[in-house]
Amino acid sequence: MTDQVIDVTDLRRSYAGGFEAVRGISFTVGRGELFALLGTNGAGKTSTVELLEGLAEPAGGAVRVLGHDPYRERDAVRPRIGVMLQEGGFPSELTVTETARMWAGCTSGARPVHEALEAVGLAGRGGVRVKQLSGGEKRRLDLAMALIGDPEVLFLDEPTTGLDAEGRRETWNLVRALRERGTTVLLTTHYLEEAEQLADRLAILREGRIATAGSVADVVASQPSHISFELPEGYFPGDLPPLDQLGVSGHDMAGRRMRLRTTELQRAATGLLMWAERTGVELRGLDVRAASLEEAFLRIARDADAEAGADKETVA
Amino acid sequence: MSSTTTAPPAASARSAVLTTSTGRMRALARAELTLLGRSKGVLFTAMFVPLIMPFSVRQAADGMDLDGTGLSVGSVVLPSALGFSLIFAVYSALVSVYAARREELVLKRLRTGEVRDVEILAGAALPHVAVGLAQCLLLTAACTALLDVGAPGAPLYAVLGLLLALVLWPVLAAVTASFSRSVESAQVAAMPLVFLSFLGSGTLVPLEVLPDKLAAVCELLPLTPTIELIRGGWTGDMTGAEALRALAIAVAWIVGGVFAVRRWFRWEPRR
Repeated sequence: MTDQVIDVTDLRRSYAGGFEAVRGISFTVGRGELFALLGTNGAGKTSTVELLEGLAEPAGGAVRVLGHDPYRERDAVRPRIGVMLQEGGFPSELTVTETARMWAGCTSGARPVHEALEAVGLAGRGGVRVKQLSGGEKRRLDLAMALIGDPEVLFLDEPTTGLDAEGRRETWNLVRALRERGTTVLLTTHYLEEAEQLADRLAILREGRIATAGSVADVVASQPSHISFELPEGYFPGDLPPLDQLGVSGHDMAGRRMRLRTTELQRAATGLLMWAERTGVELRGLDVRAASLEEAFLRIARDADAEAGADKETVA
Repeated sequence: MSSTTTAPPAASARSAVLTTSTGRMRALARAELTLLGRSKGVLFTAMFVPLIMPFSVRQAADGMDLDGTGLSVGSVVLPSALGFSLIFAVYSALVSVYAARREELVLKRLRTGEVRDVEILAGAALPHVAVGLAQCLLLTAACTALLDVGAPGAPLYAVLGLLLALVLWPVLAAVTASFSRSVESAQVAAMPLVFLSFLGSGTLVPLEVLPDKLAAVCELLPLTPTIELIRGGWTGDMTGAEALRALAIAVAWIVGGVFAVRRWFRWEPRR
């Protein structure tokens, strides 16, 4: 018996017209793990998740969810998964309770409607029509429906898009509680903080491929930290201590603003500050920043642009 | 797994209560019935139009030259009334419903769950089919009481025609919804078949009073065989071969419609 709940091998998806949204991705998600798919809009997150949910057939490669093909063996998979789409999809003229009753009637092992609504704080809104709910309430109803059958695997496609800060934190707490109970979660997001807060492991998608994957710490560790400051008038980069001795791997300068890259942040910062102390220089706008997921994310996006440029040159 | 280990209670409870096709469709039909009650436009089309319009047919029927066709005013009006009823209460209403559910992403959402595609469409159709059936029974009773149509000579044909129509119209509604973008355009897309059915399926004008060639083409329209069967059921002068032919045409439409839905039905709006 395998503990891989989701197993994706060289997965591909093409749309009519030839656009290839998913271009050969592979990853696995273990039982009880929370895996995040990160990416900018159009990176292929939703296209990928729809294949995992069994909503479409892959153009190539294979998906196994709980050991089954979610498209061809949907009867074996659907009763054990919960899905939250990017956009609701409930009749606007039904009330919250009527919606939940409908969904419960279509879900194996559904919990009582009231209990399901209570879990997301909608118990008091049962008589309200869906069209009168706020954006955040609609998302919570959607989440409640995804959870009503106590799924073993939960797919969340951008679960907090459109929520305010408080709603986002509530949703995060709910997702954390689910993970603690052993639910396997796959979520897509373009909020880096969300992935940082929730994910055990993540993959950053770019143009239908996985650009990088691993734990948050792994992905961040592959990125340099930054120190930036304004070089005072009359000073030049050559006046600084030799940068390689500080553990600085690269630098750039825009106007008088200097930016150093390093994988040894403490050593570089200490060296720089001691130099400033010695020479009596004030480093205005000093900013010492540890590597972050955001850096990793932005760099991947930048690399994509650079590659796109390079490709054009090769073609020309 | 050894027999000493037992599955956790949650898991066994879950497997014990898998949903059934009937249960899922009942849940969907119940929701759709609630929605039907809340949609004034659909409700009006479904409830009142078919109940009012047939009585205007009577005037036309009174003025028809029915001599030599073997038809009475009642046997013209009754099948027409049922035809109207089903076109509005089932076909036209369902075209809107399918398009609206698609536009609200309800169909897409439902497809992520355990419900099968056919259950989604059938579940939504059930309340409308029920309304259509109820109207047909009501109209039959009214026509029998008011127009002196008498007892059906071959009731089996009439029942067969009605059942075929109740399956045919939801299928054709789904086909029509496949080829429309929005609720509004779905209503427009429904028009041609509504008009064709009125004019050519013996609803407004019995085929017996049309020129032969035109009548031959009209016999192939989807509503015609069901109307013919219902009329034949009342007059009792339909031969077995004629009934079989009507049945074959209706079944061909249903099969073709099912094929078209499987092939072309769109479950989410075009973006």
